[in-house]
Amino acid sequence: MNTPKILVFSTEKISDPALDFAGLMKLHYPASVHAIVLPCSSSVRPEWIIHAFESGFKGVYIAADGSDCPYGESCIAKTAKIVERSHVLMKEKGIPTDRLRMAAVCSVCAEIFVKQINIFAEELNASLKKED
Amino acid sequence: MTKEQGNTGKRIGVYICRCGSNISDYVDVDTVCSEVAKEKNVRLARVMMFACADSAQKEIVADITNEPLDAIVVASCSPKLHLHTFRAVAERGGLNPFNYVQVNIREQSSWAHSDNPPQATEKAFNLIKAGIARVDLAEPLMPVTIPAENSVLILGAGVAGMRSAIELADLGSQVFLVEREFFVGGRVAQWGKMATTDQTGEEIVTALYNQIRTRKNIQVYTGAHIISSKGSIGNFNLQIKVVPRYVKPPCDPQGFRKAIEACPVIVDDEFNFGLTKRKAIFHNYKSEFPALPVIDMANCTRCGECLKHCTGINLDQKEEIIDIHAGTIFLATGFNPYEPRPGEFGFGELSNVITLQQLKRLLELSKGEFRFREKKIESIAFIYCVGSRQVDGDNKYCSRYCCTSAIHAALQLKQEFNVPVIYHLNKGIRTYGKQEVLYAQSSAAGDVYLQFVEDEPLLVEIYGEQAKITINDLLTAGQEITVTADLVVLVTGMVPRDNIDLNRILKVPIGKDKFYNEIHPKLRPVETVIDGLVISGCCQGPRNIHESVSSSLAAVAKVYTFINKGEIQLEPTLAIVNPDACEWCGLCLAACPFDAIQMVETGKGKIAQIIEGNCKGCGMCTPVCPTEAIDLKGFTNMEIRSMIEAMSG
Repeated sequence: MNTPKILVFSTEKISDPALDFAGLMKLHYPASVHAIVLPCSSSVRPEWIIHAFESGFKGVYIAADGSDCPYGESCIAKTAKIVERSHVLMKEKGIPTDRLRMAAVCSVCAEIFVKQINIFAEELNASLKKED
Repeated sequence: MTKEQGNTGKRIGVYICRCGSNISDYVDVDTVCSEVAKEKNVRLARVMMFACADSAQKEIVADITNEPLDAIVVASCSPKLHLHTFRAVAERGGLNPFNYVQVNIREQSSWAHSDNPPQATEKAFNLIKAGIARVDLAEPLMPVTIPAENSVLILGAGVAGMRSAIELADLGSQVFLVEREFFVGGRVAQWGKMATTDQTGEEIVTALYNQIRTRKNIQVYTGAHIISSKGSIGNFNLQIKVVPRYVKPPCDPQGFRKAIEACPVIVDDEFNFGLTKRKAIFHNYKSEFPALPVIDMANCTRCGECLKHCTGINLDQKEEIIDIHAGTIFLATGFNPYEPRPGEFGFGELSNVITLQQLKRLLELSKGEFRFREKKIESIAFIYCVGSRQVDGDNKYCSRYCCTSAIHAALQLKQEFNVPVIYHLNKGIRTYGKQEVLYAQSSAAGDVYLQFVEDEPLLVEIYGEQAKITINDLLTAGQEITVTADLVVLVTGMVPRDNIDLNRILKVPIGKDKFYNEIHPKLRPVETVIDGLVISGCCQGPRNIHESVSSSLAAVAKVYTFINKGEIQLEPTLAIVNPDACEWCGLCLAACPFDAIQMVETGKGKIAQIIEGNCKGCGMCTPVCPTEAIDLKGFTNMEIRSMIEAMSG
């Protein structure tokens, strides 16, 4: 099955260890999922999300720090704000807002990440097929 | 080559690791290598059996020198394992260590996609391209070097804090040991005999305090708490407030004894968990430290009765504010016992339901016979996991020490007080490791173990002067069993200390379980995201004393690496402001959780300025900037955009 390209923004101390853990446990998800690691999910620029779509990614997933953020609890609201601003930009560009997902992924949440990214990939696939 | 890259003219070397066969079993590393070699600015691409091996490292160093190379990419395992290994390789080759990028093609490619080797290969290629794009744009960065004061502020003078103070003092650091309570020892001071050595808490605290007294470079403050903190790792400027004891040395024991007798105020004694009463002027036990009573001014009526018997009392003592300059801050603030909710297993409603901590004090206060509220106790039922392992509650964790402590107390009840009947109503006993011996001894002594599950909780009811407990015992196929007991002991676990002000002042990261949160439980287990702030002991999560001291000594070693050289190198992941683009709107200031941004006036107007000592490199300030004037070194806008393009190919 051809799976759509998904860009994941993961975080150095929280969600990227979960992606590593998924690999360690040989939990499989589509190889079209690529991650860029940042210090914190509140540092994702909405413009990067648009750039990803314009560069060919079909979905963007922010693997957020959530309440585990080592930089403080304000991360949750700030990441949510980034998603909100990205939705505005996506609408302006005609990109369906459901192509951007955000979920808190703790440092050991490998199974949760894999489950969610697989669901996202399946939903994206179905949505893209409809478009075709 | 990505749009952002342009033509930097960098000479890049790429090293692809087989990791034995961990990577090469699923990723066609030779094909990836030949494709990578075609990428612009890549001057050299090699496959290595183990890139981290000494011989491979030497080969990379030789390549950097001989080619010569300006930057390197190593595609191997997670950077969490070998980032610093290869930074050091780059440095040995004469490169700036930040002209190196590690690409994770093991955990996030070969292992994650071992079900689809062709796609794992394609992904590995894309990830390496992104690494090349990033390193091509990477600026050489210099670790920030700042002077570091060889001194430590330890908050909490329990066993973890005291043990750490001794070690750090012996390593040559000046130690400020600050305890919120008026006596040192923390929770351990309250316990009598403890597993597995039968040493008492008092003995342990006394031994540690005696060692502290012999070290001139440990300054102890009791009745003290932190009220402000400025600065960062290497140079924290802290203020502590020392609450007066209203009693001054030298202590006249006779005078103090009479003063305590004369005090008319009687309140619950929190040291004994409310089992006994104390006066407003009090001490806890004979060998408490400092060996000086204290007046509890929250309850003192200033009646003056104590003054008639003792000249050492001064009700006019004032609180002191002490300035401390410390290189690091060491948290060892311990835990609180879980306080059961009113009615939880009869607590607060049935007079013969107490907690494990109350039982421990009761054992200390008992002589000969074991009595509670004057009644001789012939049967005891322990109910385990109260406040821990809650399926629906907040405390999902196991408190680790309570099974052992309860069984140890049960053995003491049998051996020293001849209590004949003891029930252990548990959810599965966790006397792990060497502590399992106690469980075997208790079983051999005739203690009865019954097991329940969360879905079918126990029913505790009053039954004359006893308590009646009904349990569906898992060990007898769910059979309903009723036991009666003179005393019910709720085996309560640990919850975090109530440190609201301290947490606010130091911005201590707190985990889901409400205990302090380390950066990584395995890789950086005592460090927090606040550079220079380490955590140890039970403030980080439930532990027994052995584990608590072990973690505190790990924190000592970490602290020592911070401050022993007199200077500290920091990661250069810092925000940076382009003064030409900044129009000062204040959004970055509002987004920064660390007070690392300030507004400054320049000839052209107001702009943002980064306070590097405070910046933690989180990047929260970058997305909010409307003019893209603020960027993050090491994760620049251009680098990330370039990586996105490279990965999309």
